[in-house]
Amino acid sequence: MKTRQHAAVRWIAVLVPMLLCARVALAHPQAGEAKGFLTGFRHPISGLDHVLAMVAVGLWGAQLGSPAIWLLPVAFPMVMAFGGMLGLMGVPLPGTEVAIAASAILLGAAVLFEFRPALPLAALLVAFFAIFHGHAHGTELPPGQSGLLYSMGFVIATGCLHAVGIGIGVAHRWVWGQRFLRFAGAGVAMGGFFFLWKVFV
Amino acid sequence: MNSGPKSQLPIYAAVLFCLALCPMPAEAHLTSTGMGPIYDGLVHFLMSPEDFVPVLALALLAGLRGAAYGRRALFTLPGAWLLGGFVGMSGAATNGNAIIAAVWFLLLGGLLAADMNLSLRLVTGLAVLLGLYNGYLNGTGMGGFGAASVALLGLVFAVFVLVAFATAFVVRLRAQWARVSVRVAGSWIFASGLLMLGWATRRH
Repeated sequence: MKTRQHAAVRWIAVLVPMLLCARVALAHPQAGEAKGFLTGFRHPISGLDHVLAMVAVGLWGAQLGSPAIWLLPVAFPMVMAFGGMLGLMGVPLPGTEVAIAASAILLGAAVLFEFRPALPLAALLVAFFAIFHGHAHGTELPPGQSGLLYSMGFVIATGCLHAVGIGIGVAHRWVWGQRFLRFAGAGVAMGGFFFLWKVFV
Repeated sequence: MNSGPKSQLPIYAAVLFCLALCPMPAEAHLTSTGMGPIYDGLVHFLMSPEDFVPVLALALLAGLRGAAYGRRALFTLPGAWLLGGFVGMSGAATNGNAIIAAVWFLLLGGLLAADMNLSLRLVTGLAVLLGLYNGYLNGTGMGGFGAASVALLGLVFAVFVLVAFATAFVVRLRAQWARVSVRVAGSWIFASGLLMLGWATRRH
């Protein structure tokens, strides 16, 4: 036992000084592209209203089970990208902020009450709100970035947020998990009400 | 006492961990890697998402369809790429059209997301078209480069390896969730294509 402890101490004694001497990694000297990816990746997770709605999609999909668990998170990024394309093209879409807040309210309520509509209706609801989320992102995109890498970062971040929702939604198999998800749905809906209030104030 | 052979894993892990603590500056997507034209071509492909992602999408699509599709893509795509590259070297330098690049993302990402039941002939045709188009663009860009042919070989080798790994990975997937994950990747590629299309039209 003592021998093991001594070995561990020796390893720590070697590794800690090495950690302290870590060099700075100067990755991606080509300006613009990495910034484009990182900016794109950060964009969906920088706004809490977007985060709440996207996580709620994953939670709702997990509650509904297969095939909704993968259909909703597949539908959302695709339709959201379509909304983003409209925003980039300068196509106007009225009431975007209200619709984004409403999406958090309705998706949160769907999770709270474990609303189980027919699959096409669930997909339609998610797709409808996805257009507004995408449009808001599309009109906010900064100029002078790499469009391709920005787009990829943007979509991957969105998918990761859904995956977080689905990951949390795994708790639905337990009774305490079902209660927890409904509680989380209530939190999302309350967040939506807060953002709706902010729109009008 | 346990006198069996000791695992070497902790030693390897310790060595790798120590190496990870001393990162060297990464020189991504430079014109020259300093390691010769083979590596220049190889790195160029790996650092060019407009080349890399459609190849990945096609490889995943072929893998989902089965081993025969994977084998066909494995040889036709790099072959067509090489041919297009050599043709492009004799042509005038040109930049790729952003809208066409977006269309490749949309087409291959959409087919992958939908898990379309395509014929072997159609997948082969897609591989040839993709290889010829992207190879031609790469070739025109390498025209003034001294060891352009060798760089092109490095690039084609990278295409071959990516297709081999991606198709082999997907062909053996049997669990439904794993195959769905591959289709989700297709939906992400499709979504990226839509946004690229928006960027391209915004510029115009």
